[in-house]
Amino acid sequence: MSIALIDYGAGNVPSVERALEKLGAASRRVCQPGDLALATAIVLPGVGHYAAMIRALDERNLRAALLEAIGRGVPFLGICLGLQALYSWSEEAPGLSGLGVLPGSIKSLPRDVKLPHMGWNRLRLRTASALLEGLSGADYFYFAHSYAAMDSLDAAVATSEHGAPFTAALEQGKVCATQFHPEKSGPAGARLLCNFLKLAA
Amino acid sequence: MSPARRIIPCLDADGARVVKGIHFTGLRDAGDPAELAARYDAEGADELVVLDIAASRDRRPTFLDTVRRVALQLSIPLTAGGGIRSLDDARAVVRAGADKITVNTAAVRRPGLITELSAEFGAQAVVVAIDAKFEETSSNWDVRVRGGRDSAHLDVLDWARRVVERGAGEILLTSMDRDGTRSGFDVALTSAVSHAVPVPVIASGGAKTPAHFAQVFSDGAADAALAASIFHDQAQSIRVLKEFLLQQGIEVRFPC
Repeated sequence: MSIALIDYGAGNVPSVERALEKLGAASRRVCQPGDLALATAIVLPGVGHYAAMIRALDERNLRAALLEAIGRGVPFLGICLGLQALYSWSEEAPGLSGLGVLPGSIKSLPRDVKLPHMGWNRLRLRTASALLEGLSGADYFYFAHSYAAMDSLDAAVATSEHGAPFTAALEQGKVCATQFHPEKSGPAGARLLCNFLKLAA
Repeated sequence: MSPARRIIPCLDADGARVVKGIHFTGLRDAGDPAELAARYDAEGADELVVLDIAASRDRRPTFLDTVRRVALQLSIPLTAGGGIRSLDDARAVVRAGADKITVNTAAVRRPGLITELSAEFGAQAVVVAIDAKFEETSSNWDVRVRGGRDSAHLDVLDWARRVVERGAGEILLTSMDRDGTRSGFDVALTSAVSHAVPVPVIASGGAKTPAHFAQVFSDGAADAALAASIFHDQAQSIRVLKEFLLQQGIEVRFPC
């Protein structure tokens, strides 16, 4: 397996790399469109500001290559901002276009709860999913975000809630993504990454 | 459904070792940071903080190496800080594997640092540490800097609101009145700050018993609680602490 870990300078690239390594999966940090051609799986980590991520992807001409790979059915895992990037746009940076793989937008969580939504929260599982195999509503995952996919929960295989329900994990064909950080979520997070590796094998 | 309350052990690092302060007699070695980090991760700690207590320029490389060694052991988030004065200092700890950066004195001296950090790493990565001391004369809490030695002549609640406006995503609040006393967290202080700001607050200073943690979560409205030496000593197991909190009806990540 050749896992391409998109490296555009996001803070959590090394920890995702380490988490995959602990599961025996070597990944390659890539930052050029040509690097995606041979990838058998793609991981898009991300943390921080939506605009910084979208701009970084476009500066490296990665948008078309990513969409092409996803279109080809290359297994994809987006983490945190990597989930948000799949939608059309975000309230955090209204002038920018997301990848548009999924319809709808990313919006701010309600302001009447503490933001960022920071810490360990549980999931509400909606449908059977290979990504969440062996995991349940009793497992906690680490979240650190203020914006979320809330327009439509149709793509969600699991939701979570902080002020309002939002998409916590999605799986559509080979396109997977989590709003939480599996690489920082202890044994439950390792299980999810392991499930993705199986799905991508 | 809301996030569970977090238990955060803190490693005070002096170069390559973890140390603990003993009143009047200075510092005592408390172990290897990587070993302690691995133990806390396995015991169910929700995050880890590592602080450079020496914070001197010449020993910076040793501290960064400590952050690197700690990060390798963890499957939970890591916050690092102590002596961070610039964006470059912060970049170095993030590159070494920290998920969040904590700043204290430098942010008081130059609040623009918070804005810069937030713009580069996102608010969720910026933890502003506030050391608070009660002032009898004015009946409010005063911000202390340089490890609690000097007054910053700022009101804690005002400063807390300002750091959030600047882009802090979290506040690490230490009571200088309680720190090292093991007489319990300052519940009044924690509650006042937690209700004054829209971001999560980590309570610190004075923890000894599981009841202290329960109290700061329920009455203090803390989102997380931090302690150092009671965990290093194995005087308090994190697992047992979490079992106690669950019995008190406080949501924590368990089993972990």
